[in-house]
Amino acid sequence: MQTKIEAPAPEPLSLAQTAVAVRGVRRDYRSRRGLLTALEGLDLKVHEREVLAVVGPSGCGKSTLLELIAGLQEPDAGSVEAGGMGDRQRRLDACAYLPQRDLLLPWRDALANAALALECQGVSKAEARRRAAPLFERFGLAEFERSRPAELSGGMRQRVAFLRTLLAGRPVLLLDEPFAALDAITRASMQEWLADALAAEPRTVLLVTHDTEEALFVADRVAVMSPRPGRVVDEIAVPFARPRHRKETVTGPAFTELRQRALEALER
Amino acid sequence: MRRYLPAALLLALFVAAWQGVASIHSVDNLTLASPVETWHSLRHDHTLLLSNMWVTLEEVLLGLAIAVVAGAGSAIVMHMFRPLRDAAYPLLVASQAIPIVVLAPLFVLAFDYGIGPKLAIVALICFFPITVNMLDGLRSVDPELLKLMRTLRASRLATLVKVELPASLPFFFSGLRIAATVSVIGAVFGEWAGADKGLGRLVLLGNNQLQTPRVYAGVVILTLIALILFALVTLAERVAVPWNRETPA
Repeated sequence: MQTKIEAPAPEPLSLAQTAVAVRGVRRDYRSRRGLLTALEGLDLKVHEREVLAVVGPSGCGKSTLLELIAGLQEPDAGSVEAGGMGDRQRRLDACAYLPQRDLLLPWRDALANAALALECQGVSKAEARRRAAPLFERFGLAEFERSRPAELSGGMRQRVAFLRTLLAGRPVLLLDEPFAALDAITRASMQEWLADALAAEPRTVLLVTHDTEEALFVADRVAVMSPRPGRVVDEIAVPFARPRHRKETVTGPAFTELRQRALEALER
Repeated sequence: MRRYLPAALLLALFVAAWQGVASIHSVDNLTLASPVETWHSLRHDHTLLLSNMWVTLEEVLLGLAIAVVAGAGSAIVMHMFRPLRDAAYPLLVASQAIPIVVLAPLFVLAFDYGIGPKLAIVALICFFPITVNMLDGLRSVDPELLKLMRTLRASRLATLVKVELPASLPFFFSGLRIAATVSVIGAVFGEWAGADKGLGRLVLLGNNQLQTPRVYAGVVILTLIALILFALVTLAERVAVPWNRETPA
């Protein structure tokens, strides 16, 4: 259980204290009804090794925010930095992205799907499998290495996708509603699994979700976004110690109070 | 086996109806050979039919092989270079509109009497379904997946090899199935335009010499070739694309 995750990046990126910085960002979309502003005046910071959850109503530009940070898009105004870099290519190098759907390749078994992240960096197929294997053991996927995605449950698939994200070896993880497609029971167990995984493998994480309970359970800090054009209207520090256990954490009065505050911020 | 029962029944019904119509007195057996007469021809002429079948089979298989290489190759190149796709796509469609019957004699003029023009014609008609299907397959990849590959810093080539090509395989096989069935028609047209051997020529000759049962025997063999090719492609697809069957969707 002590296996360390190998960081495949040849040289670890030296990180500033702030891992992600978003300053005064605006992002417009051209649509048939004219220009649509998805984000406006958005400021956000994620500290190194901090788990920040971003909650907001649907359509508030949460996914756009992630794609901006990941280097998949450029802002129309303001600046975005990840891993201390503003340049789009460098942001792509600093971030690993877990999309809403697992996007596993149906022709690859689970291990090869996770190993894809290493293969894309030029690691050979066999070597990539060898390096990915210890993670399966560690994250409750032992014996599923050779299963095809079609043979796995939704929760299992999302775990494999998360391992793929980890194996990319980037300092910043961007998770776009990773559990939205799962049923309530699986979602709850996956939140616990993610909290454990992040306790074992601390990374800078930006988790986008529309579920305030999920945000408060998993994150160190929660940023609440307004409806479109999206910007941050409240930031809530989450004081609960780690490792967190669902039963104790979620049922406590402190949790209920924070949840109330988040919901009020959402309604503003 | 139960799956094949309806097909077998329908075939039996068809053969029976064929025999029935051919047995009507007013139907001349020069116009329509009965299944029994066809069967006699198959048995009696089997050396002649077989030796000509090998010629046609060679044309079909080689022509198909050329079409696979050229079709898959050009689909990949067109997919990788968007302007090329936009430029070449109309030409691709136009190539299918050319009546092969008209083109075949010209090919014989250009390539002489040998196997060359037959391969050219088979490849020309098989090329289109393979290319078009494969192109669709390469473009079928979920844009979200392409985004993911960008964040994994995959090179263009890695994305092609690891994602787009495997994703296009089921489409490629659909194209190949169509190509396999029309390839036989291509070989026959090629032989009609000018050949000294092959089933297509044998059928044409039999027609001129009023050997109707032999014509039917040739047609039966040509049909069987197409059916077997189709089955082989389906089998190859099951081996090459196992994940497509496992997914219920």
